[in-house]
Amino acid sequence: MTTEMQDYKSSLSDPASRKLETFSYLPEMGMDEIRKQVEYIVSKGWNPAIEHVEPEHASDHYWYMWKLPMFGESDVDRILAEAEACHKEYPDHHVRLIGYDNYRQTQGTAMVIFRGVPKGA
Amino acid sequence: MAKKTYEAGVKEYRETYWDPNYTPKDTDILACFKVTPQPGVPREEAAAAVAAESSTGTWTTVWTDLLTDLDYYKGRAYRIEDVPGDDECFYAFVAYPIDLFEEGSVVNVFTSLVGNVFGFKAIRALRLEDVRFPLAYVMTCNGPPHGIQVERDKLNKYGRPLLGCTIKPKLGLSAKNYGRAVYECLRGGLDFTKDDENVNSQPFMRWRERYDFVMEAILKAEQETGERKGHYLNVTAPTPDEMFKRAEYAKEIGAPIIMHDYLTGGFCANTGLAQWCRDNGVLLHIHRAMHAVLDRHPRHGIHFRVLAKALRLSGGDHLHTGTVVGKLEGDRQATLGWIDLIREKYIKEDRSRGIFFDQDWGHMPGVFAVASGGIHVWHMPVLLSIFGDDAVFQFGGGTLGHPWGNAAGAAANRVALEACVKARNEGRELEKEGGDILREAAKHSPELRMAMETWKEIKFEFETVDKLDVAHK
Repeated sequence: MTTEMQDYKSSLSDPASRKLETFSYLPEMGMDEIRKQVEYIVSKGWNPAIEHVEPEHASDHYWYMWKLPMFGESDVDRILAEAEACHKEYPDHHVRLIGYDNYRQTQGTAMVIFRGVPKGA
Repeated sequence: MAKKTYEAGVKEYRETYWDPNYTPKDTDILACFKVTPQPGVPREEAAAAVAAESSTGTWTTVWTDLLTDLDYYKGRAYRIEDVPGDDECFYAFVAYPIDLFEEGSVVNVFTSLVGNVFGFKAIRALRLEDVRFPLAYVMTCNGPPHGIQVERDKLNKYGRPLLGCTIKPKLGLSAKNYGRAVYECLRGGLDFTKDDENVNSQPFMRWRERYDFVMEAILKAEQETGERKGHYLNVTAPTPDEMFKRAEYAKEIGAPIIMHDYLTGGFCANTGLAQWCRDNGVLLHIHRAMHAVLDRHPRHGIHFRVLAKALRLSGGDHLHTGTVVGKLEGDRQATLGWIDLIREKYIKEDRSRGIFFDQDWGHMPGVFAVASGGIHVWHMPVLLSIFGDDAVFQFGGGTLGHPWGNAAGAAANRVALEACVKARNEGRELEKEGGDILREAAKHSPELRMAMETWKEIKFEFETVDKLDVAHK
């Protein structure tokens, strides 16, 4: 491997420099990896939810909800099916998977599982 | 009514302040002291002396004692226990009625509990091991300005610990060069950078220039990465007026988080600043310079778990807790104890973690545990295993020392952190598989690969059980 000095590629003009919080510094997940994260959310007893947004508006707090959070849903296949349905309807949008922890009044986790296509990319 | 008469002179403390039949009330403040008495002083007398000197008593009877209901106001030593592994000391448990303390005043509580009593001649050494703050008292305190959940919401960061870095060299950089170092760290993937604790407002870098350049760095990194960023602007200052002046300016330019040293700055300043942060929507990072002077000696001083509780009452959204990694056995259990004490709602007595009392915080928000100092990417799996998500991991040299610079160092840490969180969520055992998890992640990240080559691999086989108290033979 090379140990030569490398430039860190990131700029205001390159939409690919925008990151998306948890797991956005890792390669995009495949379906089997997404499944494991859904299983984690279910194992924690959190309420799964799906959100999506145009990439240029990704830094807003509020994304578009895909239907309502799936309260009490523990069927991993059903949760994955909703995520894929959202992605199919909005293929250019970022799609985020959330696990709402209603006891601690927070999101136990949130991660972008389908990365959208930024304008100009 | 009056049954007592005045007799001048010196009484033994235990006649008044040793009460083994006392049942503590739910509203009492309870303290556990480790007492090392002078040779020949009986345990009960030493314990009673501690109770007396930290509450109502003085060395001799005074006639004005009879003008009040001293039996109500006095602190009472109500229990004595052996200290495991140390025959010269014992634990003394003291109960104080809640009326002895001004509402919402950490200052007042500590002026009593760790006041003159620590210089008392009848004892050779004294350590305040733990304090139970009754919920009735907790509710009078302002506590953390925002707490863990609110900070996560403001910053939009969920399901993982946050990443920080203290800018180095700690002293001597100009404000503009300092801002450069901040910008590079933040654009590379850190959530926060931090002023070193001794960066206040020295001639080489006055606070206002530092704040301005750092704020530009934050804003640019936010635009570039699309993520929310912050830098702990240290507002610790020579006077409260100056501290608030700096805090006001930080708010004015939009800084999301400021920083204070709560022990050198003092509880009075800290409690006031925490209230200000609540009022003004600014997060508060707390450093603990001077803590080791108070908490390091096993027989004298104030245990850190007590200082941590004091900070939660006084107010702060982050608190440095130590890293565990690389330290001696026992520290891990003790650290797990005090990170529970700052983060959870209700913590049960657990001697294996050094916790002497149940502690109920009611709805007082929790504080992020900050692990900082001497850590690098190879520590990531064990740090995540110990601290869980509600923590900030701060890699100073472990970011800035990357051969390709701060941005690459930051990216390496971020990739390592996310790889560990993902692996944990998948059910993998971090402390056993940590090396593999990092090596897999490095395949996609030249920055991480370089960091792993630069710093030496550490071992991941931690003992799962280790005890705080050395067993009595």
